[in-house]
Amino acid sequence: MAGKKIGILALQGAFIEHQQAITNCGAQAIQVRTARELDQVDGLIIPGGESTTIGKLMQAYQLDTAIKARYEQGMAIWGTCAGMILLAREIIGMNQPMLGLMDIAVVRNGFGRQVDSFETELEVDPIGRVNGVFIRAPYVERVWGPARIMASHERKIVMAEEDRLLVTAFHPELTGDKCIHEYFLKKVSD
Amino acid sequence: MVEKGTFTLKSGLAQMLKGGVIMDVTTPEQAKIAEAAGACAVMALERVPADIRAAGGIARMADPTIILKIMEAVTIPVMAKCRIGHFVEAQVLESLGVDYIDESEVLSPADDKYHVNKNDFKVPFVCGARNLGEALRRIGEGAAMIRTKGEPGTGNVIEAVRHIRKVNDEIRWISNLPAEELMTAAKELQAPYELVLEVARLKALPVVNFAAGGIATPSDAALMMQLGCDGIFVGSGIFKSGDPAKRAKAIVAATTYYNDAAVLAEVSRDLGEAMVGINIDTIKPEERMQDRGW
Repeated sequence: MAGKKIGILALQGAFIEHQQAITNCGAQAIQVRTARELDQVDGLIIPGGESTTIGKLMQAYQLDTAIKARYEQGMAIWGTCAGMILLAREIIGMNQPMLGLMDIAVVRNGFGRQVDSFETELEVDPIGRVNGVFIRAPYVERVWGPARIMASHERKIVMAEEDRLLVTAFHPELTGDKCIHEYFLKKVSD
Repeated sequence: MVEKGTFTLKSGLAQMLKGGVIMDVTTPEQAKIAEAAGACAVMALERVPADIRAAGGIARMADPTIILKIMEAVTIPVMAKCRIGHFVEAQVLESLGVDYIDESEVLSPADDKYHVNKNDFKVPFVCGARNLGEALRRIGEGAAMIRTKGEPGTGNVIEAVRHIRKVNDEIRWISNLPAEELMTAAKELQAPYELVLEVARLKALPVVNFAAGGIATPSDAALMMQLGCDGIFVGSGIFKSGDPAKRAKAIVAATTYYNDAAVLAEVSRDLGEAMVGINIDTIKPEERMQDRGW
């Protein structure tokens, strides 16, 4: 694990929290704002934040094409919340910059506004019970092809994976529980 | 079990806003320009601070119609301001479903002694501070996010710089004190003891801290980020300038690439007129907004 270097996309959002969580797992974590920084990492986390803000900056500074190219070469990617939205092939009812890598369709702000944000226990297959922190969270309306459902809340899909891709609608980086970060690190090859 | 309105959720939304720019808007059209430029949230207002300053009189919470129209216009979080101590304006804003309430010195204070008990609400609050004691008193009342006060509506960054330097200075001081000196330090700061202990342990504020009050250019935003702020509020700086869309986009880029002078130089080119600034020493003491708050 110590040999793995994880990049945290640091354009906007809660990237420092992910950086600390990865460091706590014993791997190396760096902030990524440029294609040159992206070239140094084995895996990438796209953090929570505003998906429109991150998407626009990604496009303006050519990180979208760089991320897609690195993914094709074998880089693993985990998107939390805004990151999940950016990884989806379809964002229901929205036209915004995206990566479109994963066979999922997502609904932005699917649980409502901030007053509807919530915490709850989730059963994650194959990890077990985790505390889910949902902040103006999206959900996955459907998955297809190789994409696989890992957790749901009130019959809405909130976690899924597809080969080297992982998405969570909630924020494991805010809980201090490392298990999902460790799960992602297993997807990352040295 | 499903829990709502927890402090993790309140401070968590502020964590998601980090590295971003929150822009003051007064119409749905301005809100769309802000969102298209990459704002991570907007502050829905009837008038921007520069116009509040110019108009004088009593500044109150915005008309709910304006706030609701702005909430319909964009998908990013929408904040709104209530007067200091005006817990009924806060109740109204919560019922509208705004994502964050700014208990703000930009509006006329409604109470000359007490702030809103923000722990009573499910919606999170942001409050202004000029120093560590003021920040910790607001957090003690339940604020889940802090911003420097600066001097709103001036386009002059000097007060925001003074306030972040003061907060950082006092955090460094607290972080180096032996345990037995922390109670007296709390007394000097006029801050809750438990929060002083937490600052000493974290060597940082326990919540997100944005810059506000006088930011008008990409370099102003990057300056505040290099001084250690987590993100930027721009009030009058965007929609009081010559080319709001371009300036907004430039300030967003500058807040992300705050350490990259080449990017800052690029985005600072041909922005048109900046807002007209005001020198702080020409403002009458009774018109200084930063002195509101207790």
